[in-house]
Amino acid sequence: MSTQTATAQVAAPVWRRLPLPRDTGSLTVVVGLVLVWVVFQTLNANFLSARNLSNLVLQIAVLGTLAIGMVIVLVLGEIDLSVGAIAGVSAAVMALAVSDHGWNAAAGIALALVVGAAIGLAHGAIITAFGIPSFIVTLAGLLVWQGVQLALVGDGGEIPIRDPFIRGIASTYVPVATGWVIVCAALVAMALVRLAVRRRRTRLGLAVPPLASELVTALVTVVLVVGVVAVLDSYFGIPWVLVFLVTLMTVCTLVMRETRLGRHLYAIGGNAEAARRSGIRVRGATVAVFVIVSAIAAAAGIIEASRQFSASNALGGGTLQLNAIAAAVIGGTSLFGGRGRVYHALLGALVVGSVQNGLDLLGQPAAIKNVATGVILIIAVIVDALGRRRRLARGSTD
Amino acid sequence: MPALTSDLALQDGPVTGRPVLEMRGIAKRYGRVAALTDVDFAVAAGEVVALVGDNGAGKSTLVKAIAGTHRIDAGQILIDGAPVSIGSPSDASALGIETVYQDLALCDNLDVVANLYLGRELRRGATTLLDHETMERRAADVIAELSAHLPVLTSPVSALSGGQRQAIAVSRAALWGSRVVLLDEPTAALGVAQTAMVYRLVRGLRDRGLAVVVISHNMADVFEVADRIVVLRLGRNAGEFDPRTSHPNDVVAAITGSTAAAAGEDLA
Ligand SMILES: Nc1ncnc2c1ncn2[C@@H]1O[C@H](COP(=O)(O)OP(=O)(O)OP(=O)(O)O)[C@@H](O)[C@H]1O
Ligand SMILES: [Mg+2]
Repeated sequence: MSTQTATAQVAAPVWRRLPLPRDTGSLTVVVGLVLVWVVFQTLNANFLSARNLSNLVLQIAVLGTLAIGMVIVLVLGEIDLSVGAIAGVSAAVMALAVSDHGWNAAAGIALALVVGAAIGLAHGAIITAFGIPSFIVTLAGLLVWQGVQLALVGDGGEIPIRDPFIRGIASTYVPVATGWVIVCAALVAMALVRLAVRRRRTRLGLAVPPLASELVTALVTVVLVVGVVAVLDSYFGIPWVLVFLVTLMTVCTLVMRETRLGRHLYAIGGNAEAARRSGIRVRGATVAVFVIVSAIAAAAGIIEASRQFSASNALGGGTLQLNAIAAAVIGGTSLFGGRGRVYHALLGALVVGSVQNGLDLLGQPAAIKNVATGVILIIAVIVDALGRRRRLARGSTD
Repeated sequence: MPALTSDLALQDGPVTGRPVLEMRGIAKRYGRVAALTDVDFAVAAGEVVALVGDNGAGKSTLVKAIAGTHRIDAGQILIDGAPVSIGSPSDASALGIETVYQDLALCDNLDVVANLYLGRELRRGATTLLDHETMERRAADVIAELSAHLPVLTSPVSALSGGQRQAIAVSRAALWGSRVVLLDEPTAALGVAQTAMVYRLVRGLRDRGLAVVVISHNMADVFEVADRIVVLRLGRNAGEFDPRTSHPNDVVAAITGSTAAAAGEDLA
């Protein structure tokens, strides 16, 4: 095998041998994101200010959280149209428990997550028991849970939240020193893991990427992370919701890439019949995914309620649901199953969030924002389709 | 004649041992189509049985019944003489039965290693984390052992040729099969060299003491690799032949039914 790898490297064009990431799909998205930022910065000098970037993080927290769940469902080859409504119901339940029944914050949050998970369990059970497409089941779910949300919130239109902890979730920042400790610990942990993997592969005689390529990746990561933290620190610091978002992303990435469940989800999304014949429990995995995505939706609902200081009957409604799907797809996740990475959610949410935030700064109405998001979604899907055709023609890796 | 096949298997002739897998009176319907009717089948350890028949004769259906992908409507399956019920693919793999399906059943979006270990991923010690490195190491060894020509094992299967995909499916069966390996037209998409490779592998499995069932439409290949030939016709047993004593024309006649009366006389 090593000889084959060697010949492949000799035959590869110069640019292929450079220590660049192979994942050209996300490279396109990153280029697009940079383009969006350049355009908005030229139109409004405040766009890349620390204050606005900090706001952007808060704005994409909910969208990014929902999109992470959406990536997981899309990888399975299913879809969930009800995450916005689940966020709404869960937030309403939490607000009722905390504000009307005197529950403490932790119990209220736990209840919201359990309600979300239970809804997902119901969806997954119906989808697998009757073999109904998730599209239909979650469309029905959207209607049902929006109705339940309206009923729970009642005539007032919103349930105010006075609990200081819940109000603080989306509006408090990590102290600067603590922030740096967390960031450095995370970077060191990442480096150690990569090093350990490298050693192990060398010991087993497996191919390892060139050291130069690993070092470049590490350097880029450190510069990026330190840059982001420095910018955020020059305003109020790292928002706690960003810590939550990154943690959720890390956990979900681990599940998707390092556990059997994750591997099985990719397998089912790629070829459900092959997965079944390999003894993978397709129904169990499907139910698990809907429980996970709905619990994540509940978490998004809690964050949104914290941002609004209340659970309103509009929470989770509007374009949020569709933007979550758009973010996952714009980030590079396939609508057809089997392909997608958890970080695509964050990339896509950044693109959607940046466009909306930039248009807000320019005083543009919601109409323009929706049109812009739609156009970007189409561009992303076309780029993806073209890229896939090119990959197929070249017979190269994903 | 429910026990004919097994009786034969216990007598002399090409059969080398007791049947590892035995099927009696198997019936399977797809709605109004009777895909299998009262079929008997047996294969012994260290034996290669070729299952032949026209398109739609029920060969794949019989294989799927053994592999646990389709439940049978009637009949009995015995493993090492004990009746078993194979209700799911995991039942079959727990019994040491591995299958190379006609449509390969690979996940195109996953890489070679992931496909070889699909549903049986190795974990790091007591953790729930996947042991990528060990899986890749062993996969590389298996592939090398079979002298299959594959590019990097970490590229998705979608980037491979038909023959390479076939090699992966066969390698997977070789990696996990401990009793019975079923290959449904394993050489249909292969060139001469790769076909020879698959049949070398099939003999390798037999020499390891496994029971091997091969489906093929190619009489030359069948006579080359099989110890015994079982013919299905319209979902029923239509004769058995010993490739050392019979002529391909006899088998073809049994397949097409032109001299159905003569079928089976060969071994009697
Ligand atoms: N999933 C299915 N649903 C309905 N009918 C089926 C199904 N699979 C097979 N059949 C029918 O069962 C019969 C046997 O099919 P089978 O696939 O076992 O044939 P085969 O011997 O493998 O043929 P081939 O050589 O073409 O692969 C055929 O009449 C076929 O039409
Ligand atoms: Mg067939």
